[in-house]
Amino acid sequence: MSRLRVVKLSNKFLRPISLSVPSGKCLCLSGPSGVGKTLLLRAVADLDPSHGKVFLGNLEHMSVDGPAWRRNVGLLPAESHWWLERVGAHFAEAQIVGLEQLGFGVKVLDRRIAGLSTGERQRLALLRLLNQRPKALLLDEPTASLDPKNVRRVEKLIATYRSKHKIPVLWVSHDLRQIKRVGDLHLRMTSSDPDSMK
Amino acid sequence: MNVVSLTPTDLALAAGLVLALAALSLPMGLAIGKQLVIAAARTVVQLLLVGLVLNALFDNVNLGWITLIAMAMLLVAGWEVMARQRYRLIGWWGFGVGSVSMFVSTFTITILVLLVVIDTEPWYAPRYAIPLLGMMLGNTMTGIALALDRLTQSTRQQRGLIENRLMLGHTWKQVIEDIRNDSIRSGMIPTINAMAVAGIVSLPGMMTGQILAGTPPLEAVKYQILIMFMLAGGTGFGTVAAVSVAVRRLFDERERLCLERIREIS
Repeated sequence: MSRLRVVKLSNKFLRPISLSVPSGKCLCLSGPSGVGKTLLLRAVADLDPSHGKVFLGNLEHMSVDGPAWRRNVGLLPAESHWWLERVGAHFAEAQIVGLEQLGFGVKVLDRRIAGLSTGERQRLALLRLLNQRPKALLLDEPTASLDPKNVRRVEKLIATYRSKHKIPVLWVSHDLRQIKRVGDLHLRMTSSDPDSMK
Repeated sequence: MNVVSLTPTDLALAAGLVLALAALSLPMGLAIGKQLVIAAARTVVQLLLVGLVLNALFDNVNLGWITLIAMAMLLVAGWEVMARQRYRLIGWWGFGVGSVSMFVSTFTITILVLLVVIDTEPWYAPRYAIPLLGMMLGNTMTGIALALDRLTQSTRQQRGLIENRLMLGHTWKQVIEDIRNDSIRSGMIPTINAMAVAGIVSLPGMMTGQILAGTPPLEAVKYQILIMFMLAGGTGFGTVAAVSVAVRRLFDERERLCLERIREIS
């Protein structure tokens, strides 16, 4: 329902960048490692002190406190972290959406974090985030350690969530074929000039 | 009460022990002989100086002088807290957090005990004030140093976890709670352990000293209990205060983790 707008966002490690993702659309970010894709997502989620502004609809990021802003723009990091013993304890919601779509049964909630594979953690981290109902998604290579079947599952789940809630998605990916599949827009960041596009 | 006064010959005999140990370390290649002798020499010089200062202080009881000495003790303890941390808060905070917390907790408790419990005339009688404050500072210093060290190390190690939780919209308080509690606990454990084994495994140093100096054991025990409780209170409140302030410093007003506010000391 609301557009994500980044206006001249910059910090110590990030050159000024402006972009805009309409509601319900997905903007894919690509570019060589070290060009600042992850830093851009972190800056949008207000995890690093930055200049410039970010809007979600009419909401300006500085007008609410940090945690409230981050609940709105859900950032999925490349590597997920877990702080409790079992999977289920990390979910506040009674009814968890998306388990079956990603190939899990409810039994996964009783499993220990230590016993999960990297891919399982990555998929569960996505579910953990989606179940908090973010109003925008910032995804940092969400399918990096998944097999082709699960890549499709994840892409499909994100597409469903995106169109159902009409939210903007910013998706970092290295895979051009994936970008073609999931992206409405594509921004390639280069070290010389991270050009902006609408 | 007869105190057997030690003669220089007595102490020279004891010094012989240290020298014998140093001599033994030479053929064994332990390479600690020099350190040992220097440390022993420092003990003699430092303690004699303190003895002279205390003697002078006891002869002229003056609140100004006592305050001066107390402040000097606090500064050294604050410095020590900072020096014992591998990662410390940058700027004034590295020294300030420990020193201010120590000041508040040890001075309050010591003054309270002097005024209400021991009730000497005047209340700042250096015979009581200086040794009590010294023990309080020594113990609290250890507690705060351990706790802050734990706090900064854990925060660095768990950076990914902390930031992942922030991304999920958790507040800084929720995110740091476990680390904060662990840090406070690790600062207090030595004190709790000391209370738990007091008198069984070892006789506490102060009590031993009093007994050797001729105090009836039960009098010494009462003082020791008082001291133990003071130390527990001082260390506990000091540690809680220091960790609470330091934890706040690790996050900024937007509740971002600010690891650049901690610097590694190599």
